[in-house]
Amino acid sequence: MTQLDYVAPTSADEAAAALAAGGGAARALAGGTDLLVQLRSRRLKPGLIVDLKRIPGAIGVREENGDFVVGAATPGAVIGEHEALAKAWPGVVEAARLIGSTQIQGRASMAGNLCNASPAADSAPALIAARAICVIVGPAGRRAAPAEAIATGPGRTSLALGEFVFEIRLPARPARSADAYLRFIPRTEMDIAVVGAGVNLTLDGDGAVVDARVALGAVGPTVIVAEAAAAALIGGRLDEATLARLDEAARAACRPIGDKRGTAEYRTKIAGVLARRAAVIAYARAKARAGEDA
Amino acid sequence: MTRTHVSATVNGDPAEFLSDPGTTLLDALRDELGLTGAKEGCGSGDCGACSVIVDGRLVCACLMLAAEAEGRRIETIEGMADGSTLHPLQRQFLEHAALQCGFCTPGMLVATKALLDANPDPTESETRYWLAGNLCRCTGYDKVIRAVMDAAAELRQVRV
Repeated sequence: MTQLDYVAPTSADEAAAALAAGGGAARALAGGTDLLVQLRSRRLKPGLIVDLKRIPGAIGVREENGDFVVGAATPGAVIGEHEALAKAWPGVVEAARLIGSTQIQGRASMAGNLCNASPAADSAPALIAARAICVIVGPAGRRAAPAEAIATGPGRTSLALGEFVFEIRLPARPARSADAYLRFIPRTEMDIAVVGAGVNLTLDGDGAVVDARVALGAVGPTVIVAEAAAAALIGGRLDEATLARLDEAARAACRPIGDKRGTAEYRTKIAGVLARRAAVIAYARAKARAGEDA
Repeated sequence: MTRTHVSATVNGDPAEFLSDPGTTLLDALRDELGLTGAKEGCGSGDCGACSVIVDGRLVCACLMLAAEAEGRRIETIEGMADGSTLHPLQRQFLEHAALQCGFCTPGMLVATKALLDANPDPTESETRYWLAGNLCRCTGYDKVIRAVMDAAAELRQVRV
Protein backbone atom coordinates (compact mmCIF):
# COMPACT_ATOMS: atom_id res chain seq x y z
CA MET A 1 0.00 0.00 0.00
CA THR A 2 1.28 3.43 -0.92
CA GLN A 3 2.04 5.60 2.06
CA LEU A 4 0.07 8.82 2.07
CA ASP A 5 0.31 11.71 4.50
CA TYR A 6 -1.71 14.88 4.91
CA VAL A 7 -0.47 18.16 6.36
CA ALA A 8 -2.20 21.53 6.67
CA PRO A 9 0.52 24.13 7.28
CA THR A 10 -0.40 27.58 8.53
CA SER A 11 2.15 29.58 6.56
CA ALA A 12 3.12 29.69 2.90
CA ASP A 13 6.80 29.06 3.67
CA GLU A 14 5.93 25.96 5.69
CA ALA A 15 3.80 24.72 2.81
CA ALA A 16 6.67 25.21 0.35
CA ALA A 17 9.07 23.39 2.69
CA ALA A 18 6.62 20.50 3.06
CA LEU A 19 6.08 20.27 -0.71
CA ALA A 20 9.83 20.35 -1.33
CA ALA A 21 10.49 17.68 1.32
CA GLY A 22 7.76 15.53 -0.21
CA GLY A 23 9.56 15.62 -3.54
CA GLY A 24 7.79 14.64 -6.73
CA ALA A 25 5.17 12.69 -4.79
CA ALA A 26 3.83 15.75 -2.97
CA ARG A 27 0.75 17.60 -4.19
CA ALA A 28 -0.72 20.93 -3.13
CA LEU A 29 -4.43 20.80 -2.27
CA ALA A 30 -6.71 23.80 -2.78
CA GLY A 31 -10.36 22.92 -3.52
CA GLY A 32 -9.48 19.34 -4.41
CA THR A 33 -12.07 19.02 -7.19
CA ASP A 34 -9.40 17.76 -9.60
CA LEU A 35 -6.90 16.30 -7.11
CA LEU A 36 -9.38 14.03 -5.34
CA VAL A 37 -10.71 12.70 -8.63
CA GLN A 38 -7.15 11.85 -9.70
CA LEU A 39 -6.48 10.28 -6.32
CA ARG A 40 -9.53 8.08 -6.56
CA SER A 41 -8.92 6.99 -10.14
CA ARG A 42 -5.33 6.18 -9.10
CA ARG A 43 -4.04 8.26 -11.97
CA LEU A 44 -2.08 9.95 -9.23
CA LYS A 45 -0.48 8.26 -6.24
CA PRO A 46 0.86 11.08 -4.11
CA GLY A 47 2.85 10.41 -0.95
CA LEU A 48 1.94 13.73 0.64
CA ILE A 49 -0.97 16.13 0.36
CA VAL A 50 -0.25 19.69 1.47
CA ASP A 51 -3.53 21.47 2.17
CA LEU A 52 -3.14 25.20 1.48
CA LYS A 53 -6.44 26.31 3.01
CA ARG A 54 -5.13 26.94 6.56
CA ILE A 55 -2.65 29.53 5.31
CA PRO A 56 -3.91 33.05 6.04
CA GLY A 57 -4.91 34.68 2.75
CA ALA A 58 -5.38 31.39 0.87
CA ILE A 59 -9.14 31.90 0.85
CA GLY A 60 -10.57 35.32 0.10
CA VAL A 61 -10.44 38.33 -2.18
CA ARG A 62 -8.84 41.63 -1.20
CA GLU A 63 -8.04 44.94 -2.89
CA GLU A 64 -4.52 46.32 -2.84
CA ASN A 65 -3.79 49.64 -4.56
CA GLY A 66 -6.42 48.96 -7.18
CA ASP A 67 -5.26 45.37 -7.74
CA PHE A 68 -7.53 42.52 -6.75
CA VAL A 69 -5.76 39.67 -4.99
CA VAL A 70 -7.50 36.30 -5.03
CA GLY A 71 -6.15 33.65 -2.64
CA ALA A 72 -5.16 30.35 -4.23
CA ALA A 73 -7.92 28.30 -2.62
CA THR A 74 -10.75 30.83 -2.97
CA PRO A 75 -13.75 28.89 -4.28
CA GLY A 76 -15.89 30.06 -7.18
CA ALA A 77 -18.84 30.75 -4.89
CA VAL A 78 -16.76 33.27 -2.87
CA ILE A 79 -15.40 34.86 -6.05
CA GLY A 80 -18.96 35.31 -7.34
CA GLU A 81 -20.11 36.97 -4.14
CA HIS A 82 -17.42 39.68 -4.26
CA GLU A 83 -19.29 42.59 -5.82
CA ALA A 84 -16.32 44.89 -6.43
CA LEU A 85 -14.41 42.09 -8.15
CA ALA A 86 -17.42 41.17 -10.28
CA LYS A 87 -17.77 44.81 -11.32
CA ALA A 88 -14.09 45.29 -12.17
CA TRP A 89 -13.47 41.87 -13.76
CA PRO A 90 -16.80 40.50 -14.98
CA GLY A 91 -15.12 38.17 -17.47
CA VAL A 92 -12.82 36.57 -14.92
CA VAL A 93 -15.71 36.12 -12.50
CA GLU A 94 -18.06 34.63 -15.10
CA ALA A 95 -15.32 32.22 -16.18
CA ALA A 96 -14.67 31.08 -12.61
CA ARG A 97 -18.42 30.68 -12.06
CA LEU A 98 -18.82 28.42 -15.09
CA ILE A 99 -16.71 25.67 -13.56
CA GLY A 100 -18.85 22.74 -12.46
CA SER A 101 -21.99 22.53 -10.37
CA THR A 102 -23.05 24.42 -7.25
CA GLN A 103 -21.22 21.78 -5.21
CA ILE A 104 -18.02 22.21 -7.25
CA GLN A 105 -18.35 25.99 -6.91
CA GLY A 106 -18.22 25.51 -3.14
CA ARG A 107 -14.65 24.23 -3.48
CA ALA A 108 -13.03 24.75 -6.88
CA SER A 109 -10.46 27.56 -7.17
CA MET A 110 -8.93 29.47 -10.09
CA ALA A 111 -5.39 28.64 -8.97
CA GLY A 112 -6.30 24.98 -8.98
CA ASN A 113 -7.90 25.38 -12.39
CA LEU A 114 -4.66 26.94 -13.71
CA CYS A 115 -2.37 24.36 -12.09
CA ASN A 116 -4.45 21.38 -13.20
CA ALA A 117 -3.36 22.61 -16.63
CA SER A 118 -6.30 21.35 -18.63
CA PRO A 119 -6.34 23.01 -22.06
CA ALA A 120 -10.10 23.51 -21.55
CA ALA A 121 -9.88 25.14 -18.08
CA ASP A 122 -12.52 27.88 -18.10
CA SER A 123 -10.81 30.41 -15.86
CA ALA A 124 -7.48 30.21 -17.70
CA PRO A 125 -8.34 32.21 -20.87
CA ALA A 126 -10.11 34.85 -18.77
CA LEU A 127 -7.16 35.19 -16.37
CA ILE A 128 -4.68 35.32 -19.23
CA ALA A 129 -6.74 37.92 -21.10
CA ALA A 130 -6.82 39.88 -17.84
CA ARG A 131 -3.00 39.79 -17.61
CA ALA A 132 -3.33 38.13 -14.22
CA ILE A 133 -0.11 37.59 -12.29
CA CYS A 134 0.45 34.50 -10.19
CA VAL A 135 2.39 34.91 -6.97
CA ILE A 136 4.31 31.66 -6.63
CA VAL A 137 5.80 30.57 -3.32
CA GLY A 138 8.60 28.04 -3.23
CA PRO A 139 11.59 26.95 -1.17
CA ALA A 140 13.66 29.79 -2.69
CA GLY A 141 11.08 32.44 -1.83
CA ARG A 142 8.49 34.22 -3.89
CA ARG A 143 8.32 35.00 -7.56
CA ALA A 144 5.70 36.37 -9.88
CA ALA A 145 4.72 34.87 -13.22
CA PRO A 146 2.02 35.74 -15.72
CA ALA A 147 -0.93 33.34 -15.72
CA GLU A 148 0.00 32.06 -19.20
CA ALA A 149 3.37 30.85 -17.87
CA ILE A 150 1.82 28.28 -15.51
CA ALA A 151 0.58 25.56 -17.88
CA THR A 152 3.18 24.17 -20.29
CA GLY A 153 1.02 21.39 -21.74
CA PRO A 154 -1.95 19.23 -20.80
CA GLY A 155 -1.50 18.36 -17.11
CA ARG A 156 1.98 19.92 -16.98
CA THR A 157 3.10 23.15 -15.31
CA SER A 158 6.23 25.26 -15.05
CA LEU A 159 6.17 25.07 -11.24
CA ALA A 160 9.45 23.79 -9.79
CA LEU A 161 9.73 21.31 -6.94
CA GLY A 162 8.15 22.77 -3.82
CA GLU A 163 6.49 25.65 -5.65
CA PHE A 164 2.79 26.45 -5.60
CA VAL A 165 0.58 29.33 -6.73
CA PHE A 166 -0.37 31.24 -3.60
CA GLU A 167 -2.22 34.25 -5.02
CA ILE A 168 -3.62 35.51 -8.27
CA ARG A 169 -3.35 39.26 -8.78
CA LEU A 170 -5.58 41.11 -11.22
CA PRO A 171 -3.77 44.35 -11.99
CA ALA A 172 -5.44 47.74 -11.77
CA ARG A 173 -6.32 49.01 -15.23
CA PRO A 174 -7.75 52.24 -16.60
CA ALA A 175 -11.42 53.16 -16.33
CA ARG A 176 -13.37 52.30 -19.49
CA SER A 177 -12.06 48.75 -19.33
CA ALA A 178 -13.92 45.46 -19.13
CA ASP A 179 -13.58 41.81 -19.98
CA ALA A 180 -15.79 38.89 -20.99
CA TYR A 181 -15.50 35.13 -21.23
CA LEU A 182 -17.60 32.78 -23.32
CA ARG A 183 -17.35 29.07 -23.79
CA PHE A 184 -19.15 26.69 -26.05
CA ILE A 185 -20.55 23.44 -24.67
CA PRO A 186 -23.20 21.28 -26.34
CA ARG A 187 -25.59 21.66 -23.40
CA THR A 188 -26.42 24.43 -20.94
CA GLU A 189 -24.54 23.33 -17.81
CA MET A 190 -21.99 20.92 -16.35
CA ASP A 191 -19.71 20.33 -19.31
CA ILE A 192 -16.16 20.90 -20.46
CA ALA A 193 -15.43 23.71 -22.91
CA VAL A 194 -15.21 22.73 -26.57
CA VAL A 195 -13.78 26.23 -27.05
CA GLY A 196 -13.38 29.15 -24.63
CA ALA A 197 -12.61 32.80 -25.43
CA GLY A 198 -11.58 35.59 -23.07
CA VAL A 199 -11.41 39.20 -24.26
CA ASN A 200 -10.18 42.15 -22.21
CA LEU A 201 -10.54 45.69 -23.58
CA THR A 202 -9.75 49.28 -22.68
CA LEU A 203 -11.40 52.16 -24.53
CA ASP A 204 -10.43 55.80 -24.92
CA GLY A 205 -12.82 58.66 -24.15
CA ASP A 206 -14.30 58.43 -27.65
CA GLY A 207 -15.07 54.74 -27.44
CA ALA A 208 -12.15 53.49 -29.56
CA VAL A 209 -10.29 50.41 -28.35
CA VAL A 210 -6.82 51.40 -27.13
CA ASP A 211 -5.80 48.12 -25.51
CA ALA A 212 -6.99 44.57 -26.14
CA ARG A 213 -6.08 41.06 -25.23
CA VAL A 214 -7.64 37.90 -26.61
CA ALA A 215 -7.02 34.42 -25.13
CA LEU A 216 -8.44 31.21 -26.56
CA GLY A 217 -8.96 27.96 -24.63
CA ALA A 218 -9.28 24.34 -25.82
CA VAL A 219 -7.84 25.12 -29.25
CA GLY A 220 -4.26 24.15 -28.42
CA PRO A 221 -2.26 22.28 -25.77
CA THR A 222 -2.27 25.44 -23.65
CA VAL A 223 -4.29 28.66 -23.81
CA ILE A 224 -3.40 30.66 -26.92
CA VAL A 225 -2.79 34.41 -26.58
CA ALA A 226 -4.03 35.58 -29.97
CA GLU A 227 -1.96 38.71 -30.48
CA ALA A 228 -3.05 39.37 -34.04
CA ALA A 229 -6.67 39.05 -32.94
CA ALA A 230 -6.08 41.66 -30.22
CA ALA A 231 -4.27 43.91 -32.71
CA ALA A 232 -7.29 43.71 -35.02
CA LEU A 233 -9.39 45.37 -32.32
CA ILE A 234 -7.07 48.30 -31.63
CA GLY A 235 -8.29 51.67 -32.86
CA GLY A 236 -11.72 50.34 -33.77
CA ARG A 237 -15.21 50.59 -32.35
CA LEU A 238 -16.10 46.99 -33.12
CA ASP A 239 -17.82 47.64 -36.41
CA GLU A 240 -18.49 44.65 -38.65
CA ALA A 241 -15.18 44.97 -40.53
CA THR A 242 -13.21 45.01 -37.26
CA LEU A 243 -15.10 41.98 -35.96
CA ALA A 244 -14.46 40.12 -39.22
CA ARG A 245 -10.71 40.77 -38.85
CA LEU A 246 -10.85 39.62 -35.22
CA ASP A 247 -12.70 36.45 -36.25
CA GLU A 248 -10.15 35.66 -38.96
CA ALA A 249 -7.13 36.34 -36.72
CA ALA A 250 -8.60 34.24 -33.90
CA ARG A 251 -9.16 31.32 -36.26
CA ALA A 252 -5.64 31.69 -37.63
CA ALA A 253 -4.21 31.38 -34.10
CA CYS A 254 -5.93 28.04 -33.37
CA ARG A 255 -4.13 24.71 -33.49
CA PRO A 256 -6.71 22.36 -31.96
CA ILE A 257 -6.96 18.63 -31.84
CA GLY A 258 -10.14 16.95 -32.99
CA ASP A 259 -11.83 14.66 -30.50
CA LYS A 260 -15.27 13.48 -29.41
CA ARG A 261 -16.20 16.98 -28.23
CA GLY A 262 -15.42 18.67 -31.53
CA THR A 263 -13.41 18.35 -34.70
CA ALA A 264 -10.43 20.63 -35.24
CA GLU A 265 -12.33 22.47 -38.02
CA TYR A 266 -15.35 22.99 -35.78
CA ARG A 267 -13.27 24.26 -32.88
CA THR A 268 -11.46 26.68 -35.14
CA LYS A 269 -14.71 28.06 -36.55
CA ILE A 270 -16.24 28.41 -33.06
CA ALA A 271 -13.14 30.16 -31.73
CA GLY A 272 -13.72 32.97 -34.22
CA VAL A 273 -17.39 33.23 -33.32
CA LEU A 274 -16.75 33.26 -29.56
CA ALA A 275 -13.93 35.82 -29.88
CA ARG A 276 -16.34 38.12 -31.74
CA ARG A 277 -19.16 37.67 -29.25
CA ALA A 278 -16.90 38.04 -26.20
CA ALA A 279 -15.42 41.21 -27.72
CA VAL A 280 -18.90 42.67 -28.24
CA ILE A 281 -19.83 41.91 -24.62
CA ALA A 282 -16.56 43.30 -23.24
CA TYR A 283 -16.98 46.42 -25.36
CA ALA A 284 -20.53 47.04 -24.12
CA ARG A 285 -19.41 46.53 -20.53
CA ALA A 286 -16.47 48.91 -20.95
CA LYS A 287 -18.79 51.56 -22.41
CA ALA A 288 -21.25 51.08 -19.55
CA ARG A 289 -18.44 51.46 -17.01
CA ALA A 290 -17.21 54.59 -18.81
CA GLY A 291 -20.74 55.97 -18.50
CA GLU A 292 -20.80 55.27 -14.77
CA ASP A 293 -17.41 56.89 -14.17
CA ALA A 294 -18.22 60.00 -16.22
CA MET B 1 0.84 6.30 7.51
CA THR B 2 -0.47 8.28 10.44
CA ARG B 3 -4.15 8.42 11.22
CA THR B 4 -5.37 11.95 11.72
CA HIS B 5 -7.59 12.85 14.63
CA VAL B 6 -10.42 15.08 13.42
CA SER B 7 -12.76 17.18 15.56
CA ALA B 8 -15.69 18.77 13.79
CA THR B 9 -19.28 19.82 14.41
CA VAL B 10 -21.74 17.51 12.70
CA ASN B 11 -25.40 18.55 12.68
CA GLY B 12 -24.77 20.81 15.66
CA ASP B 13 -23.04 18.22 17.82
CA PRO B 14 -19.31 17.80 18.38
CA ALA B 15 -17.94 14.76 16.56
CA GLU B 16 -14.52 13.17 16.73
CA PHE B 17 -13.04 10.48 14.56
CA LEU B 18 -9.79 9.10 13.22
CA SER B 19 -9.14 9.15 9.50
CA ASP B 20 -6.51 7.89 7.13
CA PRO B 21 -4.97 10.70 5.09
CA GLY B 22 -6.65 9.61 1.86
CA THR B 23 -10.09 9.02 3.36
CA THR B 24 -12.82 11.25 2.01
CA LEU B 25 -15.26 13.09 4.22
CA LEU B 26 -17.98 10.92 2.68
CA ASP B 27 -16.29 7.70 3.82
CA ALA B 28 -15.68 9.14 7.28
CA LEU B 29 -19.32 10.21 7.65
CA ARG B 30 -20.57 6.81 6.52
CA ASP B 31 -18.01 4.45 8.05
CA GLU B 32 -16.73 6.27 11.14
CA LEU B 33 -19.82 8.22 12.19
CA GLY B 34 -22.50 5.89 10.84
CA LEU B 35 -24.22 8.68 8.92
CA THR B 36 -25.17 6.80 5.78
CA GLY B 37 -27.63 9.34 4.35
CA ALA B 38 -25.00 10.85 2.05
CA LYS B 39 -24.45 8.37 -0.77
CA GLU B 40 -21.61 7.61 -3.09
CA GLY B 41 -22.96 7.72 -6.62
CA CYS B 42 -19.98 8.56 -8.79
CA GLY B 43 -17.17 9.43 -6.38
CA SER B 44 -16.00 12.16 -8.75
CA GLY B 45 -18.22 15.14 -7.95
CA ASP B 46 -20.61 14.71 -10.85
CA CYS B 47 -23.79 13.30 -9.29
CA GLY B 48 -24.30 15.21 -6.02
CA ALA B 49 -25.61 12.20 -4.07
CA CYS B 50 -23.02 12.94 -1.36
CA SER B 51 -23.99 16.62 -0.97
CA VAL B 52 -23.31 18.07 2.47
CA ILE B 53 -22.99 21.63 3.75
CA VAL B 54 -19.60 22.62 5.16
CA ASP B 55 -19.36 26.00 6.91
CA GLY B 56 -22.47 27.07 5.01
CA ARG B 57 -21.24 25.96 1.57
CA LEU B 58 -22.74 23.13 -0.41
CA VAL B 59 -20.01 20.64 -1.37
CA CYS B 60 -19.57 17.05 -2.48
CA ALA B 61 -18.36 15.02 0.49
CA CYS B 62 -16.60 12.67 -1.94
CA LEU B 63 -14.33 15.51 -3.08
CA MET B 64 -13.19 16.54 0.38
CA LEU B 65 -10.72 14.75 2.60
CA ALA B 66 -11.94 13.89 6.08
CA ALA B 67 -8.81 15.54 7.47
CA GLU B 68 -9.91 18.84 5.93
CA ALA B 69 -13.00 18.81 8.16
CA GLU B 70 -10.99 19.70 11.27
CA GLY B 71 -12.87 22.50 13.07
CA ARG B 72 -15.50 22.74 10.35
CA ARG B 73 -19.28 22.82 10.75
CA ILE B 74 -20.88 20.03 8.76
CA GLU B 75 -24.59 19.59 8.02
CA THR B 76 -25.90 16.33 6.59
CA ILE B 77 -29.34 14.98 5.72
CA GLU B 78 -29.51 13.39 9.18
CA GLY B 79 -29.76 16.86 10.72
CA MET B 80 -32.54 18.11 8.49
CA ALA B 81 -35.66 16.87 10.28
CA ASP B 82 -36.44 18.24 13.74
CA GLY B 83 -36.85 14.97 15.63
CA SER B 84 -39.82 13.27 14.02
CA THR B 85 -41.00 16.48 12.34
CA LEU B 86 -39.89 16.53 8.75
CA HIS B 87 -38.42 19.64 7.17
CA PRO B 88 -40.91 21.21 4.70
CA LEU B 89 -38.63 20.14 1.85
CA GLN B 90 -38.77 16.53 3.01
CA ARG B 91 -42.53 16.67 3.37
CA GLN B 92 -43.02 18.24 -0.07
CA PHE B 93 -40.75 15.62 -1.66
CA LEU B 94 -43.06 12.98 -0.20
CA GLU B 95 -46.25 14.79 -1.20
CA HIS B 96 -45.06 15.27 -4.78
CA ALA B 97 -43.57 11.77 -4.96
CA ALA B 98 -40.36 13.49 -6.02
CA LEU B 99 -38.38 10.29 -5.77
CA GLN B 100 -38.44 6.74 -6.93
CA CYS B 101 -35.39 4.73 -5.88
CA GLY B 102 -34.38 7.46 -3.41
CA PHE B 103 -30.63 7.21 -3.90
CA CYS B 104 -30.27 10.83 -5.00
CA THR B 105 -32.82 12.16 -2.52
CA PRO B 106 -30.60 12.99 0.48
CA GLY B 107 -28.30 14.94 -1.84
CA MET B 108 -31.25 16.69 -3.50
CA LEU B 109 -32.66 17.68 -0.11
CA VAL B 110 -29.37 18.97 1.28
CA ALA B 111 -28.69 20.87 -1.95
CA THR B 112 -32.13 22.47 -2.00
CA LYS B 113 -31.89 23.35 1.68
CA ALA B 114 -28.65 25.19 0.87
CA LEU B 115 -30.48 26.96 -1.96
CA LEU B 116 -33.40 28.08 0.20
CA ASP B 117 -31.07 29.13 3.04
CA ALA B 118 -29.33 31.46 0.56
CA ASN B 119 -32.33 32.43 -1.56
CA PRO B 120 -35.83 31.95 -0.05
CA ASP B 121 -37.56 32.90 -3.31
CA PRO B 122 -35.73 31.25 -6.22
CA THR B 123 -37.20 31.12 -9.70
CA GLU B 124 -37.73 27.74 -11.28
CA SER B 125 -34.83 28.43 -13.60
CA GLU B 126 -32.52 29.32 -10.68
CA THR B 127 -33.61 26.14 -8.92
CA ARG B 128 -32.87 24.00 -11.98
CA TYR B 129 -29.41 25.54 -12.41
CA TRP B 130 -28.68 25.16 -8.69
CA LEU B 131 -29.52 21.44 -8.95
CA ALA B 132 -27.52 20.87 -12.15
CA GLY B 133 -25.00 18.90 -10.07
CA ASN B 134 -27.62 16.57 -8.56
CA LEU B 135 -28.39 13.73 -10.91
CA CYS B 136 -31.57 11.67 -10.67
CA ARG B 137 -32.04 8.77 -13.06
CA CYS B 138 -35.66 8.06 -12.07
CA THR B 139 -37.87 11.11 -11.82
CA GLY B 140 -37.04 13.35 -14.76
CA TYR B 141 -36.64 16.21 -12.23
CA ASP B 142 -40.06 17.79 -12.73
CA LYS B 143 -41.54 16.55 -9.49
CA VAL B 144 -38.36 17.51 -7.66
CA ILE B 145 -38.62 21.05 -8.94
CA ARG B 146 -42.32 21.27 -8.04
CA ALA B 147 -41.58 19.99 -4.54
CA VAL B 148 -38.83 22.58 -4.06
CA MET B 149 -40.98 25.45 -5.32
CA ASP B 150 -43.83 24.47 -2.98
CA ALA B 151 -41.48 24.04 -0.02
CA ALA B 152 -39.97 27.45 -0.74
CA ALA B 153 -43.45 29.02 -0.78
CA GLU B 154 -44.32 27.25 2.46
CA LEU B 155 -41.12 28.41 4.16
CA ARG B 156 -41.76 31.99 3.07
CA GLN B 157 -45.20 31.78 4.72
CA VAL B 158 -43.64 30.55 7.95
CA ARG B 159 -41.15 33.38 7.92
CA VAL B 160 -43.80 36.10 7.57
